[in-house]
Amino acid sequence: MSNPSNEGRRSSLLSAITGLGHRVNEALQRLGFAARFFVMVLLYSGQSFRRLHLTIRELYFSGFQSLLIIVVSGLFIGMVLGMQGYETLQRYGSAEALGVLVALSLVRELGPVVAALLFASRAGSSITAEIGLMKATEQLTAMDMMAVNPIARVVAPRFWGGVISMPLLAALFSAAGVFGGYLIGVVFIGVDEGAFWSQMQASVDFRYDICSGIIKSFVFGVAVSLIAVFEGYDAVPTAEGVSSSIKSTVVQSALAILALDFVLTSFMFREA
Amino acid sequence: MSRKLLDLWVGIFVALGLAGVLFLALKVGNLASGNFAETYQLTANFANIGGLKVRAPVKSAGVVVGRVVDIHFDPQAYEAVVSVSIDGRYKFPKDTFALILTAGLLGEQYVGLDPGGDEKMLAANDVITKTQSAVVLESLISQFMFNKASESPSEQ
Repeated sequence: MSNPSNEGRRSSLLSAITGLGHRVNEALQRLGFAARFFVMVLLYSGQSFRRLHLTIRELYFSGFQSLLIIVVSGLFIGMVLGMQGYETLQRYGSAEALGVLVALSLVRELGPVVAALLFASRAGSSITAEIGLMKATEQLTAMDMMAVNPIARVVAPRFWGGVISMPLLAALFSAAGVFGGYLIGVVFIGVDEGAFWSQMQASVDFRYDICSGIIKSFVFGVAVSLIAVFEGYDAVPTAEGVSSSIKSTVVQSALAILALDFVLTSFMFREA
Repeated sequence: MSRKLLDLWVGIFVALGLAGVLFLALKVGNLASGNFAETYQLTANFANIGGLKVRAPVKSAGVVVGRVVDIHFDPQAYEAVVSVSIDGRYKFPKDTFALILTAGLLGEQYVGLDPGGDEKMLAANDVITKTQSAVVLESLISQFMFNKASESPSEQ
């Protein structure tokens, strides 16, 4: 004895539940595909390293061409840190600790994280666009037809190009930032130069601080490059599909970087 | 772009990146200055180490001559045992005083070594017997208050 409106409500509820199930199912399938894809990229890496110039070409596009934005942003972030840090530290009469503040915040956190965010939007998005467009114009299928593995030929070199450039770019970012802090703190404001460097050297530890930063940026490099090549490889082969996968490269990379940073920081610097 | 030119730019990129790492290691970090070539260990017992931490500097006459490498509690004597590693170039007399000092009013704490006049020198793994504990600000203040309180009735 059910009236028609009740029936309609039940079926709409049912379709909402099945829709939700579908979406969860799809997301899990995509995650599984991403994991399988990661393993495939690693497996075919050896094959792509045999033609090293492919990876070197990618190092040029994603590494060398990101140099300018990385160094300039690093310089400005260091300068802002120098100004704001001085503002606060001089109230407590410890403006000499400016070097420590600038160096530690750059080497531990800002260097790897901001460099990775910039890298994701500068190089990651262009990798996704390139691979997605190759897929949309059926170049990947054509390679497959010619018995050229597209993962070894196209994906793996871009992945390794990103993984290798990321730590180098993060180190340059931190170095430029420290120089920016020096420029503002010592040259313009007039903090004592000796105290600036010596306090910095006394409290920045190579293994504890700098190596942790390099490990962080390496992990971010793997995450960003994997997301970028996967989104491109998995793009819907239309103009709209490619644009939406570029968007999700930037969004997912940013989320992955920040979440990974929290995880890595919590077990690298727990005692401090 | 020809492959040679590409290699050149990538070479510049990698060299710059490595230079960045090197700059961080040598100029920002303490890879070059933090490690002494040859060190020997000394220990000192303190009644109270205050806020002393591992890796704190050991200074004599204001010059860093070593680092604190280990701090642990001695359950027999109820004292803190502080191990320090001292630069092998510097030798200190047997009757050297070890004090826990503070850099500035609120700065970090470090171990100060005040050399005595003994002709025998401390060897590796020796124990510094003359020590002075950290000054704890709270006990200093309470002592001062206590003295003030006991003074005031006699004045009236």
